[in-house]
Amino acid sequence: MRFEHWVSTIALRLRSLFHRGRLGADLDEEVRNHLDNQIADNMSRGMGMEEARLSALRSFGNPLLVRENSRATWSWNYIEQFVHDVRIGLRTLSRSPGFAIVAILMMGIGIGANAAIFTVIRSVLFEPLPYREPDRLVSLFEHQTRPVDAGYSNYLPVAGGNFSEWKKATKDEAQMAIISTWHQYNVSAEGGKLPEKVDAAWCSGNFFSVLGIAPALGRLFIDDDDRPGAAATVLMSDSFWRRRYNSDPGIVGKTVWLDARPFTVIGVLPSSFLYEGKYGGGTDQLWTTANHEAPADFMTSFGERGFVAVARLMPGETLSRLIDRLSAVQHQIKVEHPNPSVSDDVQGRTILEDTVQDYKTPIYILLAATGCVLLIVCLNVAGLMVARNAARSKEHAIRAALGGGLFRLLRERLTESLLVCVAGAGVGLFLAWGALQWLVSVRQDMNRVESIHMDVTVVIFAVFAVGVCALISGTVSAFGSKQRYILASLKESSRAHGGGRTRASLRRALLAVQIGLSVVLLVGAGLLVKSYQRLRSADIGMPIDNVLTMRINLPGARYKKPEDWAAFFEQLIARVRAMPGVEAAGLVSTAPGEGWGGSRMMSVVEHPPLLKGQGFDLLSRGAEPRYFAAAAIPLLSGRSFATAERLERAHVAVLSRSAAQAMFPGEDPIGKHLDDSQGRVYEVIGIVGDTRWYVTEPVHPMVYMPIYGNGYSSATIVVRSSQAVETLAMPIEKFVSQMDADLPVSDVMTIRQATAKSTVDNQFDSLVVLAFAFIGLILASTGLYGVLAYLVTQRTGEIGIRIALGAQRDQVLGMILVDGLRPAFIGLLIGLAVSASTTHLVKKMLYATKPLDPEVFVVVAGMLMASAALACFVPAWRASRLDPMQALRTE
Amino acid sequence: MSKPSDLVQGTLDLLILKILALEPLHGWALSQRLKQVSGDVLQVSDGSLYPALHKLEEQGWIRSEWKPTENNRRAKFYSLTRLGVRYLEREAANWERISAAISGVLRLTEV
Repeated sequence: MRFEHWVSTIALRLRSLFHRGRLGADLDEEVRNHLDNQIADNMSRGMGMEEARLSALRSFGNPLLVRENSRATWSWNYIEQFVHDVRIGLRTLSRSPGFAIVAILMMGIGIGANAAIFTVIRSVLFEPLPYREPDRLVSLFEHQTRPVDAGYSNYLPVAGGNFSEWKKATKDEAQMAIISTWHQYNVSAEGGKLPEKVDAAWCSGNFFSVLGIAPALGRLFIDDDDRPGAAATVLMSDSFWRRRYNSDPGIVGKTVWLDARPFTVIGVLPSSFLYEGKYGGGTDQLWTTANHEAPADFMTSFGERGFVAVARLMPGETLSRLIDRLSAVQHQIKVEHPNPSVSDDVQGRTILEDTVQDYKTPIYILLAATGCVLLIVCLNVAGLMVARNAARSKEHAIRAALGGGLFRLLRERLTESLLVCVAGAGVGLFLAWGALQWLVSVRQDMNRVESIHMDVTVVIFAVFAVGVCALISGTVSAFGSKQRYILASLKESSRAHGGGRTRASLRRALLAVQIGLSVVLLVGAGLLVKSYQRLRSADIGMPIDNVLTMRINLPGARYKKPEDWAAFFEQLIARVRAMPGVEAAGLVSTAPGEGWGGSRMMSVVEHPPLLKGQGFDLLSRGAEPRYFAAAAIPLLSGRSFATAERLERAHVAVLSRSAAQAMFPGEDPIGKHLDDSQGRVYEVIGIVGDTRWYVTEPVHPMVYMPIYGNGYSSATIVVRSSQAVETLAMPIEKFVSQMDADLPVSDVMTIRQATAKSTVDNQFDSLVVLAFAFIGLILASTGLYGVLAYLVTQRTGEIGIRIALGAQRDQVLGMILVDGLRPAFIGLLIGLAVSASTTHLVKKMLYATKPLDPEVFVVVAGMLMASAALACFVPAWRASRLDPMQALRTE
Repeated sequence: MSKPSDLVQGTLDLLILKILALEPLHGWALSQRLKQVSGDVLQVSDGSLYPALHKLEEQGWIRSEWKPTENNRRAKFYSLTRLGVRYLEREAANWERISAAISGVLRLTEV
């Protein structure tokens, strides 16, 4: 029955939805007909014209009310009322376009910023990776329970030997694969194309099948490709295939030359493919098989950590169970091989977490910042609406007195704030789109940045934000109106002295909250900016101006013996030194700031032997005799390498200052010997200043040995010049191509550019949070100004009387200033307290800056009070200049 | 507001439906008929008919149609729908039951 009823009335409902105008006209005609009939009937009973009309009206009742009541029975009535409210809202907003524009723009900024951050969070942190059943995929790492390897965190790469044991032990729990993401190949000049150096990864034969990828062209690796004697095969990325091979559909089966060795292209990966973990991989363009590429002892070593393991859990298996299982295996390996470089534990996390872990904190910090801004915006709009409502209090009181329902008035206000929020969301989505375009273009270094896109969910988010904002600003402002005291406000408006006290106190509370929020934002931004400045001025151990670096990697196929490497490098550096404009030049295996670059366990021969497996973990560098002079790294004692100390005579070492202090406390290291526990002994000949291996990381002890003869086939050229050092890049690259046309030069940049590049995320985070903090401060200050200006207008009469009775102008000034600064001060105190208890959340993002940095807190407090004073001063000054006659006349 | 105070809630609807069940009528004729059949016992202001008519129409018990009247003017005639007929039967039966029960009770107290 219910359903049948519903079906049979739907036509009626639709009619009353779409033909409201006609229905209204019908109703009017119906009422008119009735009255006409009644009049005619009355006249036929002998009444006069006028009498008949009055009598008809009397028996009919109020036609207007009848019409209203009839309409109220129609369906969709609430929609009609809503449309009506919207129309009223639009009219009131268009009557004060200034308010409307300011409020909409503010909402736009607030909602836009939040929509943008929401989009980033969704696309970067939550969107599943483009693999089959990505939630079953985990990344596995080694872990040292004793912090021996201070350079990297708990998530250490995995050694090949350990991985084989893991794989054997967990056959039933997971499918396991490995990848080593940080390799490079020189792709030879071919068919007129330039040689280039390309990032590449070595992976196990099952790597792609474990991820669950299908190739775009050709096939993926199979286990048979992944053995030392297999044919050389390579997979390439979609972008590399498009760029270098013009999307050649016949690429599969062709030969490419990598490091002067022929490889057969077996396939192209889909454009959606991306693997990017803690140890990178996002820039890789080529993939080769690990067992084919890596030396056999590297694949079986338990201590040389060269890979990241990826595992697909079998159904029913969990990550923690797998890690427990693997930890037991690794513990057993440690017992059998008690070498310090062998890990004793295993760590793991989901592959998505592994990809985005480093961005989580900054993104959530940004979310907190935009959330604060949105809240400030809501409170500000609420403040503006309270002010407008105060101006309209008489109107509201009259309407209430005439029977306007409390609910109706509240609904109107909510509709008004809803309109502002909807318009703001429109503006905001547009702003968010622009902001995201900008973000994607400036943060190419961020994992998954290319996956950022706006979609329906973002719009849904915006709608949700609109609802919340409208509710906050609408109800907060409705709180301020005093419907219950109709009489009081009618009386009050005739005599404005001290009027609106309660309402103003609400606005003061709103202000205090706003100011508190902007203080929190400012403190956060201040800490990040300070940390970034510290970072930029961080001493990497050498001057960063006028120093150019470029990397050269000699392919093993053409340069087979250490003699070849030494000959090439010596010839090259001699040519570079002879160039006009070059002040000094040197070679080093890894320049300061360029990265970890390899470490060795060393012990001191002259000291009592340490327990088996103990020693000093030193970063190892190969350096050319004049490198220290070229990089201006101070020689603290002893000497640098001699030209003759090369190849088999290269067993000498220079220690960095921290290494010398750690290994030889209170002794002179010169002349002592270091043992690398692999049968090589080095004589210490000098001590140089410390350099950093990465800008944001602390100094790590370092040992230098001659670059000619200690197994270095790649090197960074460091060139110093007194004039524009960038102009030297081209001529040097020309030398290199004259010596070997297939040899690309990579990473050409000044040290300043290199440090800027490695601090780009800190710069970005600090600037964006700072921008939001300033928006918050400006909003709060204008809010403060608005409230005070309103209060002054309200109190014009009172102030006029005060001045007329002899109050000094500076007394008036002080009175108003104090009135305005009090909420600012309370807000400041709240803000400082909240900041003090929350800044530890950004601790991870700070470099050499404490979360409770007093300088930042003082500066923020000062800045806030200054802008508050400025915002208060204008209305206060205006009040103190009031002409009493004028003021009293405005009554 | 629209309902006459001396009419039991819902009774007006029942009366309207009953009258319209006899023949389709327009608003004024309906009000005349109502006065006539109830012998002026039920005081209904003419105006309050219309909200009731619109509500019944919205609920699907009656339908309306513009038709010429006997004096050649256009008027909106209301008639019962199939649903309305069934509704009237049910409601009338309800009414019979309730009023019988109430009269029974009233008679009891009299004795």
